[in-house]
Amino acid sequence: MPLRATATAAEPDLLFLPWGVALEQWPAQDTVALPRGISRHVVRFVRVNGAVYAVKEIEESFASREYGLLFDLGRLGAPCVEPVGVIAGREDSAGEPLPAALITRHLSFSLPYRALVRPTLGIHTWERLLDALVLLIVRLHLLGFAWNDCSLSNTLFLRDAGAFSAHLVDAETGELHESLSRGQRAYDIETAAMNVMGELMDLQAGGMVPDALDPAEVGADFQRRYEHLWLTLTDAVTVSSTDRYRIHTLLRTLNGLGFDVAELTAESTDGGSQIRVRPKVVDAGHHGRRMMHLTGLSMHENQARRLLNDIDSYRYTSGLDDDQHVAARRWVTDVYEAVLDRIPPEMRRKVEAPELVHEVLQHRWFSSERAHRDVGLQWATDDYVERHLAHAPDEAAVLGAPLDAVDSADDVDVRAT
Amino acid sequence: MATVTFKGATRIYPGSTIPALNKLDLEVNDQEFLVLVGPSGCGKSTCLRMLAGLEEVDEGSIFIGDRDVTNLAPKDRDIAMVFQSYALYPHMTVRENMGFALSIAGMPKDEIKSRVDDAAQILDLEPYLERKPKAMSGGQRQRVAMGRAIVRNPQVFLMDEPLSNLDAKLRVQTRTQIAKLQRDLGVTTVYVTHDQTEAMTMGDRICVLKDGFLMQVGTPQDLYDSPQNVFVAGFIGSPAMNLIEAPVIDGTVRLGGKSVDLPPVTAAALAAKGSKSVVLGFRPEDLRISTDDKAWPVEVTLVEGLGADAYVYAEVQLPDGAKKQIVVRTDGRTHPGRGEMLGLEAVEQHQHMFDAESGDRLPTK
Repeated sequence: MPLRATATAAEPDLLFLPWGVALEQWPAQDTVALPRGISRHVVRFVRVNGAVYAVKEIEESFASREYGLLFDLGRLGAPCVEPVGVIAGREDSAGEPLPAALITRHLSFSLPYRALVRPTLGIHTWERLLDALVLLIVRLHLLGFAWNDCSLSNTLFLRDAGAFSAHLVDAETGELHESLSRGQRAYDIETAAMNVMGELMDLQAGGMVPDALDPAEVGADFQRRYEHLWLTLTDAVTVSSTDRYRIHTLLRTLNGLGFDVAELTAESTDGGSQIRVRPKVVDAGHHGRRMMHLTGLSMHENQARRLLNDIDSYRYTSGLDDDQHVAARRWVTDVYEAVLDRIPPEMRRKVEAPELVHEVLQHRWFSSERAHRDVGLQWATDDYVERHLAHAPDEAAVLGAPLDAVDSADDVDVRAT
Repeated sequence: MATVTFKGATRIYPGSTIPALNKLDLEVNDQEFLVLVGPSGCGKSTCLRMLAGLEEVDEGSIFIGDRDVTNLAPKDRDIAMVFQSYALYPHMTVRENMGFALSIAGMPKDEIKSRVDDAAQILDLEPYLERKPKAMSGGQRQRVAMGRAIVRNPQVFLMDEPLSNLDAKLRVQTRTQIAKLQRDLGVTTVYVTHDQTEAMTMGDRICVLKDGFLMQVGTPQDLYDSPQNVFVAGFIGSPAMNLIEAPVIDGTVRLGGKSVDLPPVTAAALAAKGSKSVVLGFRPEDLRISTDDKAWPVEVTLVEGLGADAYVYAEVQLPDGAKKQIVVRTDGRTHPGRGEMLGLEAVEQHQHMFDAESGDRLPTK
């Protein structure tokens, strides 16, 4: 049986991986040690020509379906992994058929939750992880996508200016509709909460999460945060002419959450004295887009929001407040690139560039507060490199961490099918 | 009592004018294993999802027992959806894995224990309760995953093609397990599949859907012996029933140059409908090779030998000159060869006749 490969982004060298061998048995030199979540399928990571790919063994029709979904989601701008190909028609050396393989590109700098987890991890960090997950689910729901099996294991997290941004990894159980019904959203968020609670309980049983964290309470809180965010984004507001400012407040709140408002539907109520306004939000990325527009720089939403603030203060302190575009371009040279240029090249790959700049600016602010004077950008950069960056692990791909630093029970044996 | 009742249940997807499910009236009995089957797009998944609360009900209503659940959220319907296996947690024992949803819900520990013990007994998992999943086989881990759904003691189990991602061998094994499990548990179950063999072997009753409409509901034997329309006749049974459409002249159909007389009651029913054509239906095992004068002459084009049985593919000539392929089941050891000319005859008690216009079954007695 000949191999059949469907691939978009052409990385032809992927065709030469040992497809005639069951994934479980791939030689160690072909695979990369990355912490895996709890997966129902066999998953391996491989490095080909400098990029890391995830390979998942799964029945062909499911692989094709998932490939198509990831592709559609990507086009809709959803935060998810990029599908690369499906390899079908596999056979082992005895001529026995092997399942198909779905290949996706591993997100650089992304962290599976198990890589973040330490017994000493604070509750606040957990909250930020879960907030990122709630936001991801809301964004997906706004696009009409029901995940139906959201869990920490199906998600990758990226650092985003002190918070996290979450990305969908596994779309196997997902469905894309024009829009989701209440029942579909309810089922999806409940499944997510149940999975998160199970994962937390599992980590607790393994001693990796403080006992003070109550999975049941976390799960309930998770659902509450979702409901709150969903309502904020989709609920109608009734205003009269005297308190029309509330519409502006609403728009600012939505922008602040990272969402743009595509349109407002309005209907008059109460004999025309009041208007009921409902926003139609489009996907988050408001700050990221604004940053791109002003500077041409691409970065995650929270990073963009923080650095836009820095551009604003730069604008006022440098007296360029007349023209935000001019100020932004000067900021790129005087601040953004200045910081990056000052960091030794071998350390630049440890953390994503916008995150580096954000951390240096934070460091400058904190140090200046302590010293009661402005320590300056150059000093802040050098000090940050020496104190923090030099000791930080390389997050370009969380590779080569000794297996005992990552729970060895992650071994893929734990599958239900 | 966990009956499920669909009353005129309809779903029209936004942007579409044709209902995906069209005024379904269906009653599922308490403890019954009902299979919804049909080709892709027939509405079976839509029906299940409406029952689950995942699809809006545009018209009509759905009841579980006496409760109108039409507008209830999924979690308020007391159902358990077994669409895919759950993840198993490596640091928790099998017992903890099975019961964790209940402990999250704050159920008293002794009740959790009792439910997990009961489920483990039915699933043959008792020796493994205190083990971690890592040390278990694939089949065992699958049963643990099912245990999670079982301990919730739902009123209804819903399953949407749960075997579709398994290879053929595992599918047959798991099919048997699920059927036995349902009998042991006695929980009303609604099961969706596109595979008619699965439907026939698992269901107490089968409900065949096509294009959003209910085609027939009944026991596997009912559907096999008395399909109510051409669609069900051709859908249930493998190899499929031979269906031959031919014009009726003076109460007779000509096949291969020979006459097949319609029973008077059939001809009368056909005439009452104003139809002039009939569809004759013969299952492969209801045809036999014959040297009788009235047997239809056919030419063998292919023989599939399967050991005990053989399926003979032969061509018969229709009145308009076209050739129609027929499949006949014969003894595997003494079957005819390719190219041979044979005579075929139908076993009279097992002839099916349908009105060609509407597809409806016609009486034969």
